[in-house]
Order: sequence, then C-alpha cells, then structure tokens
Amino acid sequence: MSQEAAVLTAELKRLDDDILKPAESFPTARWAACITFTGMLAGVFGFCFLWTVFKGIGTWGNNNAVGWAWDITNFVFWIGIGHAGTLISAILHLLRQKWRTSIARFAEAMTLFAVICAMQFPLIHTGRPWLAWYWLLPLPNPNGIWVNFRSPLMWDVFAVSTYGTVSAMFWYIGLLPDLATLRDRATHGIRKVVYGILSLGWNGSNRAWSHYEKAYLLFAGLSTPLVLSVHSVVSFDFAVSIVPGWHTTIFPPYFVAGAIFSGFAMVATLVIILRKMFHLEHRITEDHLDVMNKVTIATSMMVGYAYLTEIFIAWYSGVAYERYAFMNRAMGPYAWAYWTMVTCNVVVPQLLWFRKIRRSVILLYPVVILINVGMWFERFVIIVTSLHRRSLPSAWDMFSPTWVDIGLFVGSIGLFLTLILLFCRFLPTVSVSESKAILPGAAPGGGHHD
Amino acid sequence: MTSETRKTVGLVGLFDDPDSLMKAAEACRDAGFRKWDCHTPYPVHGLDRAMGMGPSPVPYVTITAGFIGIGVALLMQGWMDVIDYPIRIGGKPLWSWPAFVPICFELFVLFAAGSTLGAVLFMCRLGRFHSPLHDSGVMADITSSRFAIVLDAEDSKFSPQASEELLRKAGCTDVRPLVENTGEGEAH
Repeated sequence: MSQEAAVLTAELKRLDDDILKPAESFPTARWAACITFTGMLAGVFGFCFLWTVFKGIGTWGNNNAVGWAWDITNFVFWIGIGHAGTLISAILHLLRQKWRTSIARFAEAMTLFAVICAMQFPLIHTGRPWLAWYWLLPLPNPNGIWVNFRSPLMWDVFAVSTYGTVSAMFWYIGLLPDLATLRDRATHGIRKVVYGILSLGWNGSNRAWSHYEKAYLLFAGLSTPLVLSVHSVVSFDFAVSIVPGWHTTIFPPYFVAGAIFSGFAMVATLVIILRKMFHLEHRITEDHLDVMNKVTIATSMMVGYAYLTEIFIAWYSGVAYERYAFMNRAMGPYAWAYWTMVTCNVVVPQLLWFRKIRRSVILLYPVVILINVGMWFERFVIIVTSLHRRSLPSAWDMFSPTWVDIGLFVGSIGLFLTLILLFCRFLPTVSVSESKAILPGAAPGGGHHD
Repeated sequence: MTSETRKTVGLVGLFDDPDSLMKAAEACRDAGFRKWDCHTPYPVHGLDRAMGMGPSPVPYVTITAGFIGIGVALLMQGWMDVIDYPIRIGGKPLWSWPAFVPICFELFVLFAAGSTLGAVLFMCRLGRFHSPLHDSGVMADITSSRFAIVLDAEDSKFSPQASEELLRKAGCTDVRPLVENTGEGEAH
C-alpha cells in the first residue's frame, strides 16, 4: 500500500469513527437529562393539544377581532425556521459551496422537524383535526363538497405538505449511504436489522452512485424553487386578503428573506450546542459559523429594508387605513412588540459585522437567541396588530394569550428539540459519504499523480 | 451441519485508493466486461467514464412525472371547482386559471420528487438485502474505506483465472472469489 493510500484509508476510518460515535455509543447522562426535559415539554404540547380538542378553541385568547393569533404566528415561525435547512442543503449544493457538507444533514433534519411542528398549528386551529382530512385535502366526503382551490389557504396546504414530503425524501436519500455504513459497523443484532432495513441494501455500487448523484442534484434543483414558493405562498395567506397591513405586494420576498434569516439563526443556535455536546468542533468549525453569520447579517438587512419599505408605501399610498395600520404598529398598544421586533431583527444583528463576534460562540449565542425571539415577534406583529384594529373601530379588540396558547407554543419547542435529540442519537449528524468525498486525496488524480 | 454447496459467482478485487481503482476499471472496461461494477465508500468522480457508463436516465423520469403532476393538478382543480362543485366567488370566472397556478407548481414538484425517489430505488435495485457481495464480509470495507471491483461470473468474458490475472495486472493485490451458498444448506 502506498503511503498516500494508507493516509487516505486512515482518514476515511477516522471520519467514520468521529461522526458515527454518538450514534453508536450508549447515551450520555447529559443527553438523557436533556431529552427528559424536552420530552416533558413535548408532553405539555400534547396535553394542550388534547385540551383544545376536548374544550374547543375557545380556550385560546383568540376573539372576534383577532381570529388568527399565536396559532398562525407559531405556524409561520416554524415554517420559516425550516427554510434555512433547505437553503443550506439545496441552494448551496447548486452553488457548489463545499462548506455546507458539515451542516447540511443537520439543517435538513431541522427543516423536517420544524415542518412537523408547523403543521400542528393549522391542524389544531381547525378545532376538529380528525375531520381536517377533507377540509384541508381534496378528498371525497359525505357532504359532497370540494375544497376551494381559489383560496390561498388551499395553496398553503399544498405548499406545506409538498414541502414536508419533499424535504423528508431529500433527507432520506442523503442518509442512505450513511445508513449502510452504520449497518456494516453495527455489532448488535437489533441495530444490524434496523439499519439494514433503513439502508435498503445499499452497496456503494458505482452504477447506484451515478443514479444517486443525479437524483440528489435533481432534488436540490426541485427544492430550490420549492423553498422560495413555500414562504411566498404562506405570505399569500395574508397578502391576498384586503386587511390593511397585510395587503401588500412586498410580502413574498419579505417573508422568504425573513424565513432564511430566522432559519440561519436557529441553525446556529442548535449547531453551537450540538458540536459541543458531541465533540464535533473540528468538523463544524468557527469558519462554518462565520459563513452562516454572513448570511444572517445579509438577510437581516433585507428584513430591515422590508420594514422601511412597508412604512414608506403605507405613507405613499395615501390610504388612511393603511397609514393607520403602521402608525398603530409602531405607536399603538402593541408598540412594545413592534420595537422588540425591530431591535432583535435589525439592530442586534449589526453586531455580526464584527468578525470576532461571528466566530465566538459565547458572544454569538445571545445574538442568535435574540434573532429567534425577534422573528417570532415579527409574525406576531404582522398578524395581531393588523387584526386587532381593522377599519371599523367598534370591532376593535385586544389579544392576550391564555395558558393553553403558551403551553402549545412552549410545548412545540419541546417537541422540536426532542426530535432533534433523537436524531442526534440515532443518525449521523454530518453526512459521512459527502465528508469522505471532499477529503484531501479522495478525488482520483488529486495526489502526486498529476 | 447439512451439506452445503458453495458456488463461485464472481471475483472481488479490493483497492486502497481511488486512483488504482480507476486504472483497474479502465482495464476491465477495455477488456469488454459488461456485468461488473465498482463499489466505493463515496461517489468517485470520473469513475463513470472509466467504466464506460452513459449518463443516468433519472432526469427523464423526473421531468415526465413533473408534467404529469401539472396535468393532474389542472384536471383536479378544473373538475372539482368548475364542473362538479362550481361556486362563484367574487364575481370571477369559474375557470380562474391564475388561481390554479400555485397548486400546479406544487404538484409538479411533488410528482417530480416522488418519482425521482422511486426511480433511484428501482434503478439502484434498492430493497435487495442479500447478495453474494452483501454476505461476503468485504461490504464493511466498502462502506467504510476501501474500493472494490466486482466481476460477475455470468459475464461472457469471465474466467476465474484470466479475470483474476486481469485484476492483478491492473494493480490489485487483494483478489477474492465471491461465493454464493446454495443447496440444502440454506436456512429457511
């Protein structure tokens, strides 16, 4: 064996050991403690879900003026989080950004789990989720009626369910080779069987790789317009209505930029903990955080620009209702929420201009947490401040959440984190086969043969 | 133990780096093999050409299914909202096709993606959990760190001695027969 070959073999094996170790060793006490806590939070979600089902959505703070509140805020928040995952896995793949390899798998998993959380909220908002099958999907039903495809809410059903399905397929196809590696490394009978079934008998054949790589490229190509369409369609839920503050053409790009912004902040929030917890600091490095934070600051500027444009257009339109909606946002009873949003999404991210902050885990953490908070508030501001004071003052009302609202939101964070923790324990958090392909010497002709 | 016949169904040649694999693959291609494959832990670029393979036909499946998706979306929306259950909303025409565009796009993507996954599973012959290679013990090396050429005994160019010679000449130091357990010995 030549020296180069020996080095490559050792590197390939070390990569397997490094990345697959968390999935192959007995759970640490820290992991067990974390999942117990998040599992309990997920339990709160389950309880509040059932409470809503049994008692009705009257248990929420929604009222006649504010018909959409935390439920849709949470829905848009979670869908937005998912978008960074698809951006990292699909768009950066098409742009041949090799740094994505270290975080793509994790970001895709995050997308999937965020979409799962998001889907819960419109579902529970129907009040009777077991009937939602034929309210939301075009299925034959005893009433002999069909859904209305001219409604943006129907477009949303199709956009979100397509997004969830395609993300799951993209994620699974990427996992196949790694599942085969796990299968062949497994020593325990049950692990052999489970990973064996999940890997579908993958044998690393080059004919298979050829189809696989083509398919991966196609999935990236399909996901790219899909991710842009999903949040555009979500924004249509608002923009196609005639509510002042919602009825604006800037919404699709504004929502997409906001989604990517919040998603990158969430990836950073989770990856910082993940790399520490599973000792992956040399796979997910400061360089990765640095690049991600550059995307975050760029999208923060876009979001800030959208805020200004909205205000300008409200003034420029000359429509009294439109002007009032924005005056009310910035100076009305929910002004505190509006300024929280502006501070967290536009002011705080300016810190990311500093290289030192972009690369320091400790300095970065408060920034990304505040962005998560700010982006939740953005959806709250858009939804609640627009609805609570519409054109007819006699129909004005205030919204305040009940414990069920709070339980559902906090619980959904628990559900999300529980799924993330399970993923980290049982599946490789970094793509093994992709990481192997970009090792020095892994590409033929790369060595001294040149 | 019951009697067991072990039939040689091919040869595996193992390599430690992609360059030697590539050279050997070119040798096998030039020798005119048809039923053979390379197995690698990660996709090795340029190997398709070294093996003389054409481009994957997956994109044709994707695009066809995508357009079927658009057709299904148009028929579904047109039939349900215009013919079977027409409701006029906002005084707009029943066939208000611009409103049907978003779902056409979504079903394009859904059908295209679903069929791409299906095509990959079918074309890569996934779902086959056992084969002489899977059961040979070299599988763990392949999914971890080594590169292999597998020559199928059913190929017309195959002969146990000459083929082994071919692999060795191409620089392979580790050639093993691939055997299949047949006969009464197989567990039921």
